[in-house]
Parts: sequence; structure tokens; C-alpha cells
Amino acid sequence: MTMLTIDDVHTYYGDSYVLQGVSLELEPGTVVALLGRNGVGKTTLVRSIMGLTPAARGRITFKGTDITRMPTWRIARSGIGLVPQGRRVFRSLTVREHLQVTARGSGGWTFDRIVNLFPNLGNRMRSQGGKLSGGEQQMLAAARALVGNPDLLLMDEPTEGLAPLMVRDLGQAIASLKAAGTSILLVEQQLAFALRYADLVYIMSKGRIVHQCTPAELAADPETKSRYLGV
Amino acid sequence: MMNDNRVTIFASIAGLALLITLPAIFGSYYLGLATKMIIFGLFAMSLDLLIGYTGLASLGHAAYFGVASYATGLLALRLGWSVWWALPAGVLVAGLTAALFGLLALRARGSYFLMITLALSQVLWGIAFGWRSLTGGDDGLPEVPRPDLGLPWSLADNTPFYYFTLVIAAIATLLLLRVVSSPFGQSLRGIRESETRMLALGYDTWRYKFIAFILAGLFAGLAGVLYVYYNRFVSPDYIHVARSAEVLLMVILGGAGSLFGPALGAAVIVLLENIVSGYTERWLMVLGVVYVLVTLFAPDGITGVVRRLRQRQGGRA
Repeated sequence: MTMLTIDDVHTYYGDSYVLQGVSLELEPGTVVALLGRNGVGKTTLVRSIMGLTPAARGRITFKGTDITRMPTWRIARSGIGLVPQGRRVFRSLTVREHLQVTARGSGGWTFDRIVNLFPNLGNRMRSQGGKLSGGEQQMLAAARALVGNPDLLLMDEPTEGLAPLMVRDLGQAIASLKAAGTSILLVEQQLAFALRYADLVYIMSKGRIVHQCTPAELAADPETKSRYLGV
Repeated sequence: MMNDNRVTIFASIAGLALLITLPAIFGSYYLGLATKMIIFGLFAMSLDLLIGYTGLASLGHAAYFGVASYATGLLALRLGWSVWWALPAGVLVAGLTAALFGLLALRARGSYFLMITLALSQVLWGIAFGWRSLTGGDDGLPEVPRPDLGLPWSLADNTPFYYFTLVIAAIATLLLLRVVSSPFGQSLRGIRESETRMLALGYDTWRYKFIAFILAGLFAGLAGVLYVYYNRFVSPDYIHVARSAEVLLMVILGGAGSLFGPALGAAVIVLLENIVSGYTERWLMVLGVVYVLVTLFAPDGITGVVRRLRQRQGGRA
């Protein structure tokens, strides 16, 4: 069964017509990268999947269940973890409290395994979210989603504003998540980062999916890259 | 510098020791004032659960305080119920009222939530004011008897009543501490910071807010029951928006989200009201000035000022 199917989704923010018929599929255990310039609707798509900005038309199916109009918290409980853009950790909760509050279900993401994956967090268990560095906050946002033991992880621009060393650590974490069989929808602006970990690439422009290919195909296609990604 | 935990523990023990020995230090009048401070401290802590921990600014919190006062007052006065039944009944009525009002108010957010809580509490005030045959209207219900615990000491005296209040408030405070430090309390803090994030993490945030709202109502009700026994009287003033504003200011003055801060804020306000009322009738005007000053100079309250001072000291050392 397909993990996530997005079928002709249309989403509005008030009067502005953001998603104009997006379709996308994600198979279990794969990493799908969603690329595109700023403002093409990538984050809106993530918000539509989570039910934060529900789709006006179209259908979103997760593990065979229609989640298009489910309340957000039910969507999260059904097994989708969100690592939101800009990290958005809870400033007043400590690292430990973050992980306690969000731990749910049984799927192998225990405390110890999290600390193994993100050693930095292990040293900062008692620090408040607001006092962590940007990289540590990103790790915490990912850890917070993982302790909920999701089947699918939505990562919205995880490398944004991170130092190169932190980007490397994050890449290693994504690689081990992939090896462990977690499905990931990776929204990215950094082309090289996305290409390294993705199995499949979708490119968005002006609220639509305009291109779909493998990373190798995209790497060898300078025209598409310059047209939609400006690189 | 002493570490934070040790300072807190030391301050708690010192504070508790002071509270226990207070009757030996103070005369009857000041002991009565201290009793009132404790009752309002509990009231303010109950509101802090909403404002400081859940991020819900209610301007109708006196509703639960007042409705519990009336319930206990009426049951004790008209039906002769003992404290063992009248106290839990008052608290329960407050909880039920909070559940009903929560269903209505939690549909809104921010200032709309504030307006709805205000309107709902004023409805209760209107009932208390208008239904003379039951509530005595503007005259209220005088001569509510002090509770009889069957102990050798009569609670009609200030000292035994002070200890009665202290014990109940201490138990309530321990319960509140348990609530805010539990995973449930952590979730509430999460909701205060960002409800959307908590939704995306799989939290049915409405249910958490609803439970917090009822809990806050229950503890406010307990304070209301203590206050009706303390004053031996209840009137529509107990429910009035001025009382809701007063407790809101206690929380803000003390520092929302610190539990003990609002209790301290309550003590300051009660003391101030007592001093001011010796000179002028215009207590609400003074209260307004205090509110403006706090907002301008200490937006995070007394606890915020203390924290900043300690950080500065820590920086120098």
C-alpha cells in the first residue's frame, strides 16, 4: 500500500489560491524530496497534509485512510510526524520535557535511541528549548517528532539557517532514519542536500507539481534546475 | 551563589515556618488579614493555571469563586449542612459551572475568550443580584456560620480558622504543584506557547484546555468556599467583574506562570486594599494605577523582577 497519496489537492489561504491541483505519491520506506523556490506552496502542502490548512478540494490518503478533513491531532496520531519550518521548539520546556510530552506509541523510538541518533541532545536534557543553538533546536524538533513513532515524517526545510557542520549531522540522521525504514517527505531549498538522500524528486512551481524524476536525472538536467530552482 | 533548587526549598521552608508561627506574632486583626491573603492566594493560583500555564486570559474567574460561595452559604444557612458536605458541594458546583462555561467560552480565543468569560460571569452576577428570594439580592446572605469540625477549638475564633484555612490551602497548593509539574502540566505549557504545534504533535488541545478550565474552576471554588466561611457573608460583589479584574491583577503583579508569584501578588493586593481603604473609597482607581505601573515597569511581575535581579547578581559573581 502506498504510504501517502495526494490527489489533485487545491488549497486556499483566504482569497489566495495557493495549491492549484497537487498530486504526489510516497511509497513506504522511501525519501521523497519536494523542491521549488520560495512561495510556490511547499509549506502549504505540508500544512494541508497535517490538516492545519485543510484542502478545499482533492483527497489526501494516508495508509489507505482519507485524512483530508480529519482534525490535525487525529492526523498526527494516525502516524504522521511534523518537523515544522523554523524548528519551533517550545521555548520554556526542557529537552527532556519535550520528549516526555510527545512520546507516544511503540515503534522502537525510545529515549536511548534518540540520544544515540542526536548525541548533542543527550548532553542538554535539562536545557530549555529557547536556550539551544539553532542546530540543537533542529535536532530537537526532529527528535520530538520521532518519539511519537510516526510512520511518515514531514520535514519542512530542516537545513534552513544551519551551519554546514550541523547540516552534515542532520544528513547523517536522515540517512539512519531511512536505513531504519522511516518514510520521509523532505521539503528543501538546498538542492545538493535533497539529492543526496532522496529516492524521488518532485518539483513545485506556482502551486503545481511541474516535474517528477529521480535525483540522478535531475542532477543531469541543467535546464530544469535553472528553470524551476534557479541553480 | 546558591543553586536555584536549594534557594527555592529554603524559601519554601522559611515561608511555611513563618505561616505556621504567624498566630504567635500577630494579633487577631492582622491574623484575619493573613487569612484573607491565603484565600486570595489560592484564588490567584487557580487563575494562574489558566493564564500562566495554558495561556487563557479569563476575565470572569470570580464566577466560580462566587458560585461556590453562594452554594456553600445557602446550603449551610438554609439546609444546615455541615462543612463536610457544604464544602465539597460548593467546590463541585464551581466545577460544574466551569464545565458549562468552558464549553461555551473555549470556542473562542484571545480577547474574544476574555469577553465571553466576562459576559458569562456577569450573567451569574445578574442572577445573584436579581433573585432576591434565593440570594438576598444586593443584601447578600448574612450570618453564614463558621464551620464546626467537632474539634475542641471553635473556628469562630481567628486563630483556629487561620489554621483551618492554612491546611486546606496547603493541600490545594500541593495538588496544584502536582498538576503543573505533571506531563499534563507540560502539555498545557506547550499549548500556551503554540496550540498549532501541539495539534501537529497529536494533542487534542481542546480537551486539555477544557480540563484545565474545570480544574481552575474547582480551585477557585475552594477559595470561594473558604471566603464565605471567613466572612460569614456572601454578596453579588463576590461574582462581580471587579473581583475578576482584581484576581487577574494579582496574577499579573505576581508574575503569571510561577504559581507562587500570583499568591504573592494576592498578598500584596490584599494588603494594599486594606491600607488604601483607610484613606479613600476609590480602591478601584488605585487598582487601575497599580495595573498601569506593573504593565509599564514590571510586565513579568514580581517573580520576573526577582529573576532579573538574581541574574544580574549571578553575572557579577
